[in-house]
Amino acid sequence: MFRNNYDNDSVTFSPQGRIFQVEYASEAVKQGSVVVGIVSKTHAVLAAIKRNAEELSSYQKKIIPIDSHYGVALAGLASDARVLSNFMKQQSLASRLTYDRAIPLAEITLRIADRAQSNTQNYGKRPYGVGLLIAGVDARGPHLFEFQPSGVTQEMQACGIGARSQMARTYLERNLEEFEGASREELVKHALRALKESLAQDKELTIENTSVGLCGVDENFKLYEHAEVQEWLETTFENREAPAEEEGMEVDSDS
Amino acid sequence: MNHLPQAWGRPRDDVYGAYSNSFLQTSGPTTHTQSPIVTGTSVIAVKFKDGVVIAADNLASYGSLARFTDVKRLRKFNTRAVVGFGGDVSDMQYLDRLLSSLDIRENYAEESPDAQLHAKNLHTYLSKVMYKRRSDFNPLWNHLLVAGLDGENKPFLASADLLGTTFSSPTLATGFGAHLAQPILRRTVPDEATVASVTKEQAVELVKESMKVLFYRDARSMDKYSIAVITKEGVELKENEKLENQSWAFAEGIRGYGTQVN
Repeated sequence: MFRNNYDNDSVTFSPQGRIFQVEYASEAVKQGSVVVGIVSKTHAVLAAIKRNAEELSSYQKKIIPIDSHYGVALAGLASDARVLSNFMKQQSLASRLTYDRAIPLAEITLRIADRAQSNTQNYGKRPYGVGLLIAGVDARGPHLFEFQPSGVTQEMQACGIGARSQMARTYLERNLEEFEGASREELVKHALRALKESLAQDKELTIENTSVGLCGVDENFKLYEHAEVQEWLETTFENREAPAEEEGMEVDSDS
Repeated sequence: MNHLPQAWGRPRDDVYGAYSNSFLQTSGPTTHTQSPIVTGTSVIAVKFKDGVVIAADNLASYGSLARFTDVKRLRKFNTRAVVGFGGDVSDMQYLDRLLSSLDIRENYAEESPDAQLHAKNLHTYLSKVMYKRRSDFNPLWNHLLVAGLDGENKPFLASADLLGTTFSSPTLATGFGAHLAQPILRRTVPDEATVASVTKEQAVELVKESMKVLFYRDARSMDKYSIAVITKEGVELKENEKLENQSWAFAEGIRGYGTQVN
C-alpha cells in the first residue's frame, strides 16, 4: 500500500516542498464547527455555532473573551485553543501592567503567529490544530485577524473558518460592501446570516447553539449566549419555520 | 606544631577551635553601582493648557567638578513624549539605549502615530524598569520626569525615581529644583484646575525664570540648558539655550560672598 514517508514530523519537507503535518493541522481546523467574524468602521463581531458531543452534554465553547477590548473564536482542537488563549490573556495582562495599554491586536496576533510558526520548525513539536478569528478594538479602531496553524495571519474585513465555511464566505463576499458602514445590529445580523449559510440542512440556529461576541469603539468585548441572542435570532430570521424545539421557545410562533 | 604556611600567624585550632574564614571573604554584594558618579542636577517641568514645558541644564558634574558642559539631559521619545533625566549620567545613557530599542520594537508593529506609546504608557514602563532595578538592589540612580500627552492628547506630567516611586503633579522638579524651583512653579500653577488658564508663553517664561533661580543658587548647575515644549503639534526641543538677563547684583548682599568677611 502507498505510504507517505514525509509526514512523520513537521520539520521535513516532502520533495514537492510541502510539510504534511502542517497541512494535516489545517484539516483539523476544517473539522471544527463554523465561526465567522466581520468588522465595520465601529464594531467587530464574532459569531459561532457550538456543538455538543451528545444530547446529554454541554456545548463546546467557541468564543473566548481574552481582554476587555478583544476576544477570539476558534475552529478545531478546543484544547489547543485554550493553551493559545491562556497565552494571549497573559500577554494582554502584561501589556496592561508594563505599559498601561490595551495590547494592539496586530501585536498579539503576531505573537501567537510566532509561537505557532516555531512549532512547525522544531523537531518533536506539533503544529496547533486550531484556527482562530481574533476580533476587537484597539487604538487604531476595530480589527479582525485570521490565524492558521501554519503561523500565517491575515487582517480581514470578514472571514469564516471551520466546517462548511465556504458557504459563509460566499455570503460574506456577496455582502462585502455593506459591512463597512453597517450599524451594530446590522453587523450581527450579517454574521448570523453568514453562519446560517454554513449550516447543514437539518440544523437550525437556536439560543443553545449560537454564540455571539461583540466589541465596539467605546464598547467592551462581550460574549452573548442563550437568552441574550434570542432577540437577534428572532429579528434576523423572521420568516423561518418554527423549529421543533421544546421548553417554551416561542422564537418564531408564526410570522 | 602546624607546618602548613596557611596556618602561620593564625590562632591555633586546638586552642581556639576552627578558624572562621567568613571574616576573610573577598566577595560580597556589588556596591559600586549603588552611588552615582557623574551626575546631572535638576529637571523642571510644568503643564499648560495645550501641553507641557520641560527643561534641564546641560551640565554633568563629577562630584563638585563641572566636568562635562554639553550633556543633553532631555530625550525626545516620539512626537508626544519627552523624558528628562536627573541623577547618574551613565544610567541615563543606559536608559537612553533602552528607550531606543523600545522605540524600534514599537515601530516594527505600529506605523500610525496615534497608536504609538504615549507619555502615560512610557511613564508606566519606565517606573516598572526603575522598580525592577531597585528590587534587584542595583538601582538606576536617576530621577525621571516624563512629559508629553496622554491617550486623549491631554497634557501629561509624572515622575519616577530610583526606588520606582511615581508621582504626578501639574508642576514637577527633581533634585535641587524640588526645593528651589517647585515653590516658584506652584505660585503660577498651584493645582490641576489652573492648568487650563496657563498659556504656552507663560509656561515657557516661568520655566526660564526658574532655571535662572536654579543657576543662581544651585552650585551644580550651569547657564546652558535644554528646553522642550510638547503639544499636539509635536515636540519643539531646543538644546543650546543660554540664560538671559542675569543679574548678580543681589549677590553683594549675601553674607560670605566674595571678599566680604562678616
